[in-house]
Amino acid sequence: MPTAGVEFAKVSYTADDGHIVLRDVSFSVEAGTTTALLGRSGSGKTTLLRTVNGLVRPTSGEVMVGGCAVTAIHDVESKSALRRGIGYVIQETGLFPHMTVERNAAMALELAGRSMPECERRAREVIELAGLDFDKLRARYPWQLSGGQRQRVGLARALALDPPLLLMDEPFGALDPLTRAEMQDMLKGLLSELKKTVLLVTHDLNEALYLADRVVFLDDGEVTADLPAGDVLRSQISQVKDYVVAVNRRGNE
Amino acid sequence: MMYLIHRHGWEIARLTFEHLWLTLSAMLLAIGIGLPLGILLTRRPRLVRPVIGFANIVQTVPSLALFGLLLPVPWLGENAARLAIVALTGYALLPILRNTYAGIRSVDAELAGVADALGMTARQKLLKVELPLAASVIMAGLRTATVTCVGIATIAAAIGAGGLGELIFRGVASVDNGLVLAGAIPAALLALVADALLGLLEKKLTVRRA
Repeated sequence: MPTAGVEFAKVSYTADDGHIVLRDVSFSVEAGTTTALLGRSGSGKTTLLRTVNGLVRPTSGEVMVGGCAVTAIHDVESKSALRRGIGYVIQETGLFPHMTVERNAAMALELAGRSMPECERRAREVIELAGLDFDKLRARYPWQLSGGQRQRVGLARALALDPPLLLMDEPFGALDPLTRAEMQDMLKGLLSELKKTVLLVTHDLNEALYLADRVVFLDDGEVTADLPAGDVLRSQISQVKDYVVAVNRRGNE
Repeated sequence: MMYLIHRHGWEIARLTFEHLWLTLSAMLLAIGIGLPLGILLTRRPRLVRPVIGFANIVQTVPSLALFGLLLPVPWLGENAARLAIVALTGYALLPILRNTYAGIRSVDAELAGVADALGMTARQKLLKVELPLAASVIMAGLRTATVTCVGIATIAAAIGAGGLGELIFRGVASVDNGLVLAGAIPAALLALVADALLGLLEKKLTVRRA
């Protein structure tokens, strides 16, 4: 998958209980850039992210990844193949608790049927890329790691197959502020090096501005603004202004 | 105690072996049915109520009555041990079925989502994520089922299926408490040992999360 732009075309999703989660969401993400989805809890940002790897099937509309319609994929094989091309990082609950660091990191390779030595070699590579000591941590289980280490292993796992697209759902949400800042620095460095297309769900404006090239604001399932990160602070769009004012007010208290 | 062993030693050994044979055969059958069925229930939620309901009903039938009720059934009634094994399987089914279902259902939805996002097929997800994470809960079900089976197997002697119940029934009939104890003590020990061993296994299979 050389290019992995993402395009949302009139994506809507209504939950089983009739609650409308997404309404006609349309925007596109250019390959090789980082886009933050910003909004309060329940605004639909996680659901939107999950339409990209098919964990959520939109009620209507289309999601395209690298020019291929995800929403049109029905068979299990193609779905697995699509998902292997997309890294997925969530809050720290995402590691398999019954697997070692090494096996967690190499899971995507194991599923792709790679040999043991190759799994080990690549696990070492990505664990080290994520800033951890492979030899020290490879045999540990997730409960033996700190929150920051767990998050790094989660990121390493997502990078194992070198996917062109990364989906990150509040990846640093569960971390203390210091570790969080450290992780943001690490990720920023990594992203500028690896040139991935990234969709990052967050409710933290500063994180969005620091990491993303563009920021898409979601409110109650609708896109209220779609701006280059540099324009957010001087935007006159009321929802964006509200967000900025709220964050600044709390920051000055 | 020594007197009992001295007097009934060989018989106790033979009947303990029979008892174990009844229990193990029933457990193997119950696992063979309960485990796949429990997995199927997690995939077909509509079947949960009727299937668990049926297993529940079997569980509530008094064991002596169930043995009696099965006696006239053509193929089963011909062989007492066969009948006992089928009845014991019925009793072992519910804990295995319920715990397999509950164990897999209790796997964190986020982790199941991650498994999907990694491109796991349903089978890979079952083998690599769901079953390992549910293993200790399933093992707890096997443990309950085994202890229940060891207990109920003593009643199987009433229909001539052998096992340690034979000594107990004979003891009761001849008002010989020693004979009752010669059957009851080994049966209780069997249950305790099975419980302890499977408890250890259950602990070993427990996945530490924090």
